[in-house]
Amino acid sequence: MDLTFSQEQDELRKVVRSFLAKYSDEQAVRRLAADPEGHDVFIWRRMSGELGLQGLAVPEEYGGSGFGYVELGIVFEEAGRALLCGPYFATVALAAEALLRCDDESARHDLLPGIASGETVATLALTEDGGRWDEPGIRLTASGDTTTGWRLTGTKTYVPDGHLADLLLVAARTPVGISLFAVDAADARGLTRIPLPTLDQTRKQARLEFTDTPARLLGTEGTAWPALERTLATASVLLAAEQVGGAAAALDAAVDYARIRVQYGRPIGSFQGIKHKCADMLTEIESARSAAYGGLWALDAGDDMEIAAAAPLAQAFCSEAFTRVAGDNIQVHGGIGFTWEHPAHLYFKRAKSSEALLGSPSYHRELLAARLGI
Amino acid sequence: MELDFGPAVRDFRDEVRDWLAAHLVGEFAEHRGVGGPTDGAAWEVRLAWDRELSAGNWLGVGWPREFGGRGLGLVEEIAFEYEYARANAPYRATVNALDLLGPMLLKMGSEEQKKRFLPPILAIEELWGQGFSEPGAGSDLASVRTRAEREGDEWVVNGQKVWTSFGIHADWLYVLTRTDPDSVRHQGLTLLLLPTDQPGVEIRPIRNLAGQDEFAEVFLSDARTGADMVVGEAGQGWRTAMATLGIERGTTLLPQQLTFEREAEALIDLARDRGALDDPMLRRRIVDAWISVRIMRTTNLRTIAELTAGRAPGAQATTAKLYASTRHQQLGHLAMELAGPAGQIVGEDYGLDMRQRSFLLALAETIYGGSSEIQRNIIGEQVLGLPKEPRP
Ligand SMILES: Cc1cc2nc3c(=O)[nH]c(=O)nc-3n(C[C@H](O)[C@H](O)[C@H](O)COP(=O)(O)OP(=O)(O)OC[C@H]3O[C@@H](n4cnc5c(N)ncnc54)[C@H](O)[C@@H]3O)c2cc1C
Repeated sequence: MDLTFSQEQDELRKVVRSFLAKYSDEQAVRRLAADPEGHDVFIWRRMSGELGLQGLAVPEEYGGSGFGYVELGIVFEEAGRALLCGPYFATVALAAEALLRCDDESARHDLLPGIASGETVATLALTEDGGRWDEPGIRLTASGDTTTGWRLTGTKTYVPDGHLADLLLVAARTPVGISLFAVDAADARGLTRIPLPTLDQTRKQARLEFTDTPARLLGTEGTAWPALERTLATASVLLAAEQVGGAAAALDAAVDYARIRVQYGRPIGSFQGIKHKCADMLTEIESARSAAYGGLWALDAGDDMEIAAAAPLAQAFCSEAFTRVAGDNIQVHGGIGFTWEHPAHLYFKRAKSSEALLGSPSYHRELLAARLGI
Repeated sequence: MELDFGPAVRDFRDEVRDWLAAHLVGEFAEHRGVGGPTDGAAWEVRLAWDRELSAGNWLGVGWPREFGGRGLGLVEEIAFEYEYARANAPYRATVNALDLLGPMLLKMGSEEQKKRFLPPILAIEELWGQGFSEPGAGSDLASVRTRAEREGDEWVVNGQKVWTSFGIHADWLYVLTRTDPDSVRHQGLTLLLLPTDQPGVEIRPIRNLAGQDEFAEVFLSDARTGADMVVGEAGQGWRTAMATLGIERGTTLLPQQLTFEREAEALIDLARDRGALDDPMLRRRIVDAWISVRIMRTTNLRTIAELTAGRAPGAQATTAKLYASTRHQQLGHLAMELAGPAGQIVGEDYGLDMRQRSFLLALAETIYGGSSEIQRNIIGEQVLGLPKEPRP
């Protein structure tokens, strides 16, 4: 296992960073944040067409380029740095992963190529009104069988990009347990999608109501939870990488400002109150990097025990690190940092919404404790 | 996550493992985990253990053979430290010479100095102390006042050093002196090697807060050393000293971190014993302690991987000490809380158990080798490029 980045990986980072600097600059982020849809098809197409980002870690047999999680993590880190808006996390970290983990080879062949090519926007609908990311939180029911077909009834909510996804992967309960279903949102009967106005406007959420909606069962009925659990672990690590990138951007902004803003006849960065705060931010970020990278390396090594610990660790730590650093960035900026015009709040809000996205830091600490036998 | 060193190094690692298993027995085994960068406990046993290591040719794994080393590479050095820490062998008594002075001499010493001093360091025949700090020069090391004047082919040294770790055991000191009386700050400093066995050197132990005579103050009155005992160039002592501090801030972390991991495991066991895991507040702090040591490990592995790949280490190499020292202190507080009233009782003559020693000695980790505040200045100015503080 290689615990440092290779030249090719550095190169990937550079390419993605410069792409996002162009297509996800502050102006683009603000435009998409203000737009209820929050998705720019033009950028999305370039992401797939020019860089193949949607299919980066999808195996070649399903139309992707078959890179590993370290590469994917690099992309998420850069996406976080640029506050990329749109359904990338939902499609790649959640939906593609769920398909890869579920035990249904034909579904993979049917559905993954569309995701890899950028044709399909997808998401995972797991949470319900309780906002829980665990097995007991899944209440929505599926009825039917393979001959008559399956039908979903119930509500999913806080679904990332659920308002626009073409493909919904829905976790549902049948008499024998948790199962995963695919719903083609374009022509699904009995599906209502309600966009939810979000505190963090850079990542959209939706409420999905299913009434006897036809769905395709993926894999064997009742056996989906372990695959979903692994999907969530992977998504936790990728989100952690995104959080590291966001935190790093917030620190860069703080440092740039601390260099030029003069008070008492000195740049504020020469005062220890500010300098030490920035040093603590960097220490927090480097520690968060270790947490996130540790998770990525574990994913690539495919070590189940290691993943089970590294994922909640990364999520608990990186969530808090991003929020703290994004808050400190506002503090370093003083009054200007508190304005709508300044980008500092965009990072702060993204940090707070990311904290809640896959379960709170406390929830992940509990997961970790349970898995360590503490 | 473990480091994979590849097949060639795996043989070497097995050799280390086997040797440690065969030799870490008896009294040495009883002193597993004892010691630390500032822990003077069980000095004689640990010195004997260093000699045992020397006899096995395990000291100076990366040093050239001509000076008694093994002539191996960085990867083997790291593999050795890793296995060493895994075996929980006693903390080496002579790290100051092995990890700081030795590498500094290899880098900046003259050929004669290397021939003269490196072999006895590896043979544990001469012990060393670092004489940098003074009563008026701690964080602000550039304000050292200890003077050295040239008299014929000797230097005559006058002044006072303080906080010299393991100073009472030192046969030699490497001291930072001011050789140009008109100079200020970083100019006009010279690094000298000075024998302690002479009338002009008086070393008095200072008791630390754990009750140990671990560090010392050193009084130099017309102490003498040869003109050839300058490391680097006369007047360029700042450069030499900084090179040593660079080493100091980097190397001690890897073995320490494995010690911290063991402390975290012990803490979880203790918590389980005490039924403390049912207390959600404690549970949270315990998980956080575990997270901290795991992050320290990954951070160190990142740095090692970068070094062994021939890359310049990233920012984490600079932030690691601040993180580790701060988190280790939190771990200590938590361990003491879990130990409860029993943790407050010491043995005779203020005899401390491992937990109490570690708890108290951790207080030094945010002070020595550059205090946390100084680390933050370094990170702010050298890594983040923030403007310097106005200095006189
Ligand atoms: C256990 C132990 C072992 C040691 N071993 C050795 C040894 O072997 N050889 C040796 O030479 N030295 C040794 N030292 C000395 C160590 O390097 C110094 O203690 C350290 O550099 C701090 O200096 P000081 O004690 O004079 O504190 P000071 O420099 O007086 O600092 C006091 C406080 O002020 C803060 N402070 C100082 N300057 C600034 C600044 N510019 N900005 C913000 N805050 C500041 C410090 O962070 C600290 O909190 C040892 C120290 C300890 C505790």
